[in-house]
Amino acid sequence: MKMLRGKVLAKFGNDISTDDMASSKYVTSATPEALGKICMRDVDPDFPKKMAEGGFIVAGTNFGCGSSREWAPVALKAAGTKAVIAEEIARIFYRNALNLGLPVIEIPGITKNANVGDELEIDLESGSVKNLTTGVALKGIPTPEFLTKIMEAGGLVEFLKIDLAKSRGK
Amino acid sequence: MGMTLTEKILAKAAGRSSVKPGDIVEASIDLAMLHDALGSLTFPIVRDLGIRIWDSDKVVVAIDHAAPPSSLGHAEWVADTIRFAREYKIRHFYNMQGVAHQIIPEEGLVRPGMVAVGTDSHTCTYGALGAFATGIGSTEMAWVLAKGSLWFRVPATIKVVVDGSLPARVMAKDVMLKVLSVLGVNGATYKALEFTGEAIRRMSMDGRLALCNMAVETGAKNGIVEPDEVTWSYLKERYCGPMEPVSPDEDAVYDRVIRIDASGLSPMLACPHSPGNVVPVNEVAGTKVDQVVIGTCTGGRMEDFRAAAEIIRGRKVPPFVRCLVIPASAKIYRQLLEENLIKVFLDAGCVMCNPQCGPCAGLHYGLLAPGEVCVGTHNRNFMGRMGSPLAQVYLASAATAAAAAVTGKIVDPRDM
Ligand code: SF4
Repeated sequence: MKMLRGKVLAKFGNDISTDDMASSKYVTSATPEALGKICMRDVDPDFPKKMAEGGFIVAGTNFGCGSSREWAPVALKAAGTKAVIAEEIARIFYRNALNLGLPVIEIPGITKNANVGDELEIDLESGSVKNLTTGVALKGIPTPEFLTKIMEAGGLVEFLKIDLAKSRGK
Repeated sequence: MGMTLTEKILAKAAGRSSVKPGDIVEASIDLAMLHDALGSLTFPIVRDLGIRIWDSDKVVVAIDHAAPPSSLGHAEWVADTIRFAREYKIRHFYNMQGVAHQIIPEEGLVRPGMVAVGTDSHTCTYGALGAFATGIGSTEMAWVLAKGSLWFRVPATIKVVVDGSLPARVMAKDVMLKVLSVLGVNGATYKALEFTGEAIRRMSMDGRLALCNMAVETGAKNGIVEPDEVTWSYLKERYCGPMEPVSPDEDAVYDRVIRIDASGLSPMLACPHSPGNVVPVNEVAGTKVDQVVIGTCTGGRMEDFRAAAEIIRGRKVPPFVRCLVIPASAKIYRQLLEENLIKVFLDAGCVMCNPQCGPCAGLHYGLLAPGEVCVGTHNRNFMGRMGSPLAQVYLASAATAAAAAVTGKIVDPRDM
């Protein structure tokens, strides 16, 4: 998987839940457009505006805790999130994000070393980040190989499609 | 090297003689649950890809979240859930018969040693029966339905030993809130919680279900209790096929051991806006309350309603408070009727609701206005989850919630 380059457009503290990303009370439609508009509404109503040009989120520990709702990664993506770099990522969200083609990466120390406006380069496979603005490089948790394969296929649905076609061809 | 309960179950399901934390395994799935809210994201994938379900008898579909729907969008999920259950001939289909996390144990569908997944983070509830159970995404569920298996990273296990016995009016929920005060909301991320000790062995299945239900609130992948006499007698009434005991090895290796003395516990509350923000009730006593919820997949079982009724009986809910009583399943509702507890609740001015999730996920009735305060027996009090981000939600046992209902404020249920 190739490197991803982008600008940090939003920064959050610890324990941002999937309820924050897609609060049920605002989910009247599960289309990406609708979810993108309500993303993070209770936490930061300007979030979709900040993300509009497309870029990265930096966050603290336990990012994506709580509900298993896939509306959450869909909403982040639709709002313009190209990747999430967090100190720690809650487990169901971690799987969901990669399955839906949203790169997420755990980098302990990231909140101290990246701010809104910084240009980052991330490598999912090796689990590393370079802050091109400050020159700081950090190493985090590498992504399991088969998960990068799923990402490369364009997400789990695409991956499953290929898999099913193969087994049906047999 | 010995294995923990979770490691043993995953090793067997992956066809391996042993596994260790960090291993990635492909485990066969014994039970897959989908509900109307998040299953409805799976159904279109299954149709589009022409997936043939690997074993539809291992699939449970429940309408419990938008039950009944309160908006057009929700009505569409529910209609699609019914369509899916029909098209794919799902035998275990429950239309508004309660919350899946109660129905599944209650119907004997989850048993020791099984691997269960569901499109819901509180699927970890079923660990109370000695199964490995965890929540997954809706897209992963499509994979499970096609393949009957899923990859897992074997979690390290934290052993939670609860010694002694619980004092009067201190409940399993209080034990779990205590655990949360020790571990915090990410103290067990990517790990398993194995509950053991004297107080767990004495605990009813209702209590164990409440305990495992909130494992995910510590970040854990699953919570689990070793099957014992309580498990077998619970299952005997619900399932007649063969069952095998599972237990951790004597020399199992634990990531960490936590000891809690149940005898010294007092009623606890998780304060806004985090399940980890736990204090003893007396620290926030006197806080005025606008809504009380006694129900959900955490605290909506018979043990909860009996404890609540003991406090509510002969008292009145003040007119400025609303108290919603929501049985976790239709069977529980019926049992409440048989034990004459519905009368106790109605006499006090509580509102009896149909069995379902209720306001817990913020989809439905019972949402909170800015400034309102709620005490509930549920599992999450994230800011804005149950309505306005300016509302305040406290998580408590059914006894503590009942005491709040009849006094209109937070009080220690032992003082009632
Ligand atoms: S009762 Fe609440 S926590 Fe339980 S399944 Fe329903 S919404 Fe989720």
